[in-house]
Amino acid sequence: MAQVTATVKEAPSTLGRIVQTILPSRRFPSISLFILIFLLVLPGIFAPQLAPHNPIKGSLGARLKPPAWVAGGSITYPLGTDKVGRDILSRIIYGARVSLSVSLVAIVVSGAIGVTLGLIAGYFGGKIDALIMRLVDISLGLPVILIALVFVAVVGPSFGTVIIVTSFLLWARYARQVRGETLSIRERDFISRARVAGASHLRIMFRYILPNVINTLTVLATLQIGAIILLESTLSFLGAGIPRPTPTWGSMIADGRDLIVVAWWIAMFPGLAIMLTVLSLNLLGDWLRDHLDPKLRNI
Amino acid sequence: MQRYIGIRLLQSLLALWVMSLIVFSLARLTGNPMDAMLPLEADRDEYARLEKHWGLDRPLHVQYLTFLGNALRGDFGNSWKWQGHTAMGLVLERLPATLELAGVALAISVVLALPIGVLSAVMKDTPMDSFGKIVALLGQSLPSFWLGIVLMWIFAVHLGWLPTSGRGGIERMILPAISLGWFQVAVVMRLVRSSMLDVLDSEYVKLTRIKGLSEWKVVWKHCLRNAAIAPLTYFAINASALVTGSVVIESVFAWPGTGLLAIDAVRARDFQVVQTIVIVFSAVFLAANLLVDILYAYIDPRIRYQ
Repeated sequence: MAQVTATVKEAPSTLGRIVQTILPSRRFPSISLFILIFLLVLPGIFAPQLAPHNPIKGSLGARLKPPAWVAGGSITYPLGTDKVGRDILSRIIYGARVSLSVSLVAIVVSGAIGVTLGLIAGYFGGKIDALIMRLVDISLGLPVILIALVFVAVVGPSFGTVIIVTSFLLWARYARQVRGETLSIRERDFISRARVAGASHLRIMFRYILPNVINTLTVLATLQIGAIILLESTLSFLGAGIPRPTPTWGSMIADGRDLIVVAWWIAMFPGLAIMLTVLSLNLLGDWLRDHLDPKLRNI
Repeated sequence: MQRYIGIRLLQSLLALWVMSLIVFSLARLTGNPMDAMLPLEADRDEYARLEKHWGLDRPLHVQYLTFLGNALRGDFGNSWKWQGHTAMGLVLERLPATLELAGVALAISVVLALPIGVLSAVMKDTPMDSFGKIVALLGQSLPSFWLGIVLMWIFAVHLGWLPTSGRGGIERMILPAISLGWFQVAVVMRLVRSSMLDVLDSEYVKLTRIKGLSEWKVVWKHCLRNAAIAPLTYFAINASALVTGSVVIESVFAWPGTGLLAIDAVRARDFQVVQTIVIVFSAVFLAANLLVDILYAYIDPRIRYQ
């Protein structure tokens, strides 16, 4: 008689279970979404209602107060204050507003440019494709931070400058992705049938090809938001981002850097905010990619 | 092969030329540089004098051609802020510091990322793989300058093991190099992992196992050689990312390299120096790209005959 052995799966160890809740497995990363909503979206939209103090005007009597759980801190300033007496928590909340708005606008602008150029390149092929791809290569090779610094030095820092710089430097990824997919979709039957039916090039590109590309675009966009936030905070750190006194996470870190010995909280918490936001966005993007386009799963 | 190298070289030079156009126009088309260089109270004569001195009163294309002509002869102009130095001279003086930092960062990132990536692929879906994935995630989410500050805080301020800034021996180089290379660890590790996963499934790997080779040899000798090709292409982008990332890290750690020079120059509106730095960085990127392409063509003969 044949022996039937059933394999019993071992229960995962505690460590394994903890790790699995963090990682982007099949399960939806609810923690990430939670973090994103509470760290980026809600503060971004409802900053005036949520922030306990004025983020720009500080009270000099409350300078350099440590966070509430450290000796000398108080619950009025839960995360401490900076050297002008501004509440760190409120500034982080208002900083989320900057990050949110910059990333949304930059995504839309760079996405619009990149997708259009990618569609054109993939659809028409030939010399146009070669030209656009060359532009993409050059754009990817530009020393990002430097160009931003130069541009800002001449034009002056502002919201618009940050958007222009970010879009100018990030459109290329969308273009490359969309172009690759357009090249393969172009060969399919329904496209040639549309041509036969008399559809114009424009119509085919935007009405037929684009909807098929939206999936990977969404994944890319989600992952790009993290990159935009990192870029914006780097620029703010260097003084080339949104100008003061608007609080941004990057400029807060710059402020806190010189005081790192006496007041570690000024630089620490904004950085944590950036890290958690970008981390959650990456996890969310990974989950999206696993579910929308399994071809990319191994990367 | 010669023809391929020739074409690629021409393309690189073309790209470099476009770069110089972009850099040149950035400063001049986005506003009169004079506005940025002079204080508000300067009168018209001062304005006119400086315009003539810097050649800004001539038409744009004449300016560009002069710039190009000088550049081809190696003359990138004189620095405005650091009187008595040429722009290129300053850059070349500081470049070794940056290359040193970038080199160490690259080495650290490869030394860390390669084993983690390989092990992550070989032991897929085990805690080791999870560890690798966490490393990759963290690497891509941490802002490098913040990591630098945190590391500085922990190791220099609290533990007092390492100095906080300046250039010097190994101990001054560790913190900046780790901060700089951290992001690359994530990227390289992901690439190594994904190409290893592809390679591990292939037929010739099964053959080596049938042959009886030890798993160690199969993975590290046979698979890695083939898997290393994909990360190699990203080496060029890595190199450029490291060099530009050094701008921020040098600012955090006061490392006297071209990055710090760039920041100082931008703040002082010294466009000659900034132009030169951007062109040099782009040249580095293009050279790295070219090198990788040639290496690729050498390894994979199919590419040469495109």
